[in-house]
Amino acid sequence: MTKQHKRALGRSAIAVLVGTLAILAAGCGGGGGSKASETTTKGPTLPTSIGKGEGKLSLVAWEGYTQPEWVKPFEKQTGCKVTSKYAGSSDEMVTLMRQGGSQYDMVSASGDASVRLIKGGDVQAMNPKLIPDFPNFIDALKSPPHNTIDGVHYGISLQWGPNTLLYNTQKVKPAPTSWSTLYDSKYKGQITIPDNPIQIADAALYLAKAQPDLKITDPYELNQKQFDAAVKLLKQQRPLLKKHWSLASDEIDLFKNGDATLGASWPYQTNTLQADKVPVKDLVPKEGATGWADTWMLSSKSKHPNCAYMWVKWVSTPKVQAQQAIYFGETPANTKACAIMDQLSPGSCKQYHADAPASYFDSIKFWKTPLADCGNGKTDCVDYNQWQQAWTEIKG
Amino acid sequence: MEGRLGRAGLALWALGVVLFLWLPLAIILVYAFNTSNIQSWPIPGFTLRWFRVAWNDAEARDALLLSLKAAFAATAIALVLGTMAAVAISRFRFFGREIFSFLLVLPIALPGVITGIALSSFYTFWGVQFSLWTIVIGHSTFCVVIVYNNVLARLRRTSPSIIEASMDLGADGWQTFRFVTFPVLSTALVSGALLAFALSFDEVIVTLFTAGAQNTLPIWILGKIRLGQQLPEVNAVVFFVIVLTVIPVVISQRLTQESGILRRE
Amino acid sequence: MAARAEEAGRPTRAARRRLSGVFWRRPWLRGLSQLGPPAGLFLAIYIAAIAVLFVSAFWTLDPLSGEIVHDWGLQNFKTLWNEHTYWRIAGRTIGIAAAVTVTDIVIAFPFAYFMARLASPRLRTVLFVLVLLPLWSSYLARIYAWRLILSNDGALNWGLGGLGLPHQHIAYTNWAMWIVFSYIWLPFMILPVYAALERIPDSLIEASRDLGARNWTTFRRVILPLALPGVVAGTIFTFSLTLGDYITPILVGNTQFIGNVVYRNVLGLSYNLPFAAAYAMVPLAVMGVYLILARRAGAFEAL
Repeated sequence: MTKQHKRALGRSAIAVLVGTLAILAAGCGGGGGSKASETTTKGPTLPTSIGKGEGKLSLVAWEGYTQPEWVKPFEKQTGCKVTSKYAGSSDEMVTLMRQGGSQYDMVSASGDASVRLIKGGDVQAMNPKLIPDFPNFIDALKSPPHNTIDGVHYGISLQWGPNTLLYNTQKVKPAPTSWSTLYDSKYKGQITIPDNPIQIADAALYLAKAQPDLKITDPYELNQKQFDAAVKLLKQQRPLLKKHWSLASDEIDLFKNGDATLGASWPYQTNTLQADKVPVKDLVPKEGATGWADTWMLSSKSKHPNCAYMWVKWVSTPKVQAQQAIYFGETPANTKACAIMDQLSPGSCKQYHADAPASYFDSIKFWKTPLADCGNGKTDCVDYNQWQQAWTEIKG
Repeated sequence: MEGRLGRAGLALWALGVVLFLWLPLAIILVYAFNTSNIQSWPIPGFTLRWFRVAWNDAEARDALLLSLKAAFAATAIALVLGTMAAVAISRFRFFGREIFSFLLVLPIALPGVITGIALSSFYTFWGVQFSLWTIVIGHSTFCVVIVYNNVLARLRRTSPSIIEASMDLGADGWQTFRFVTFPVLSTALVSGALLAFALSFDEVIVTLFTAGAQNTLPIWILGKIRLGQQLPEVNAVVFFVIVLTVIPVVISQRLTQESGILRRE
Repeated sequence: MAARAEEAGRPTRAARRRLSGVFWRRPWLRGLSQLGPPAGLFLAIYIAAIAVLFVSAFWTLDPLSGEIVHDWGLQNFKTLWNEHTYWRIAGRTIGIAAAVTVTDIVIAFPFAYFMARLASPRLRTVLFVLVLLPLWSSYLARIYAWRLILSNDGALNWGLGGLGLPHQHIAYTNWAMWIVFSYIWLPFMILPVYAALERIPDSLIEASRDLGARNWTTFRRVILPLALPGVVAGTIFTFSLTLGDYITPILVGNTQFIGNVVYRNVLGLSYNLPFAAAYAMVPLAVMGVYLILARRAGAFEAL
């Protein structure tokens, strides 16, 4: 090949390279590319009626929240075909909704995700008047602070439940009564806890009783000293862990195969394991428990709002609330579900606290996003970013 | 050349490696028949139930379809672009050639997680909606390399005088490609395409970053492992996939045999 | 009729020839048309994406709104440098990657040698298929299979129990990850080594023997150097694949790899892309150096 030709080809290669860099430079100059953040209020231009279904509905949900048992009848009735993306933690849900654009219509967000979603403009206001069962919800969940801001509802409450202590009845004797069992070196190599920064709150909850001089009142509002103590406890616990579970089935597998005998868990795992005849039991220890209250929230970019409203209407009915509560092991927001729960599975209403007084609800420290400005004049709380970073250090 | 003891030792080693490679596969296949949901060993009983469940599972079918679509698209793109690049690199010497061939290898030489987050942030940057095509682009990056490598290796083994001879005999560029270059490359293209298809079909590390709400088969499998409820169904699906892939693998090795990789020249 | 078909085809053929002539006379045009599309795809998308990733490692994340702020600085790198956890994670990842690479070389080389030089053609075909098939079956399923094998009630402990040996608790440890990674990437090591060994002509071995070298010397001085590019090519795969993997640590490990930290900061934990990008520079740099060295060893021919 002649020198001329060589040079010519080289020139074309350079041309392409330069072109690409030009595109790059243009993009850089054009700014970040993340969506505009309109903080809060998407204006109360709420729909007044549910229109015709759009035929599709895409959900981001906790595992066990979209079982065929109640999804199939919904699809048949409304013609909205449901696809689910399962997430294992609130952080995942927030990321999915933030990055997902208009791909996901709804998310079953817990209290520590909901506020972040609202502040980030990822969800829009909903009209509770379109949900006939809304007046039957327990009062505490009609307009809770984690999904209602300034009277504007950013979602409809779904169900709630505690984070429990799960143990193998044959291998852990005597039966545990306190969270201290999870930090006991007697069970080294048999313990599992969730891979979730919010676990720091569980450590804080335990320390509130175990080290009262720390004066921890709210496990999500920790000053630096309290936070460091909780992190220290978790770092001490680290060598005792068999594995962190990030997926519910991780914990189920660990218990099924005998790799773990003690763990922080959800009632869902207990139900699944007991259904498979694994000898486990769970309890809420004497120090109390953290918990989660979930809300179905509508994406601000949703393309199928009518199907979304139909879905929320459906899962708020007493029957579906009962079905989901029994399947997952959680407590329904709809007070009318209790009777149906006992019909489907006698004794389940009491077992899952669907008839419990408000005091039980208040005893659970529900997940919420730790903020630096934690209210009541306190502004020195450790914010969630630091929780996340500390968690990476704890995991090691 | 090697003593008999050495030979026997190596043969034994080879057998051991084969067993090692196939033991987990055997376990998967056995668990597909598990009656119980608890995956302990040995399994309590045998059943064909999970195959029926897998067959009727619409989500699994959709995932399989999406994976096939993505793999076909990525392979097609890889064939065209990979061949073009290989022909260009092998025929011409130009400024930046070394750099370019180095850059081309990057998608399989660099860890997949880097490709994943690079593309993911790139799409978000430009506001591109995640879809089948974002997945395909992600897969194409390494599929192109596979085809490129195969075709380049083949081109290096053929003498360029064939092209010149064809031109001397009056064929134009297209005819030369169709009647001379292409047949020489054909088996390399097929084996490259098969390998690219396989890698794309089973890819999960990059796909998790470039898929939106879509489920390819590996993503579906990961989701099912998460759900932990019907694990033997996953095994049944994998069993099915393994049985299906025997055919292309056998074809591929037949082709490479003819081209000489399995025959010493 | 054939004549009419020929006549009909003539204008298109003529046009084609003219086009072909244009390309012939202007090689740069041909070069561009051949190189353009692949270059376009690669440079505009892949390389650009990596470039943007590199650039975003110097940005930060606004904690309240979660927006990426173009606040140029080394803060991410400072965090990584100062917090010893990230050193530990990187060390663990690189260490296990190296261990896996060495293990795979040890397992694959004798096997590839047998396959290339000792096996009959039919046996060779069979072995080839037997190595390729696991590569084609689901990566996830194979990892999960190891989880089942290594778990407390799994096949391994069942076998050990049968032999009267004590139960092992390998599940979810670094040992488990080492075993699983070595297993998964083994075919990627076998194939290039095999290709390299197979390419060595018999005549070379005979010549070496004629010159008086015995088996071991021939092996050391002739076969090994010629097989080296194949081995290095295989190590590129095992090293790079282990360096970036995040699925295996989640499924069979209980510690974090670099890939996990990156994954958590993009898809899992929070969308802290600048931080993830900064940490991703570690495997990028490691592989970059490794690739440059590998190229010197001629591994790219053997890829």
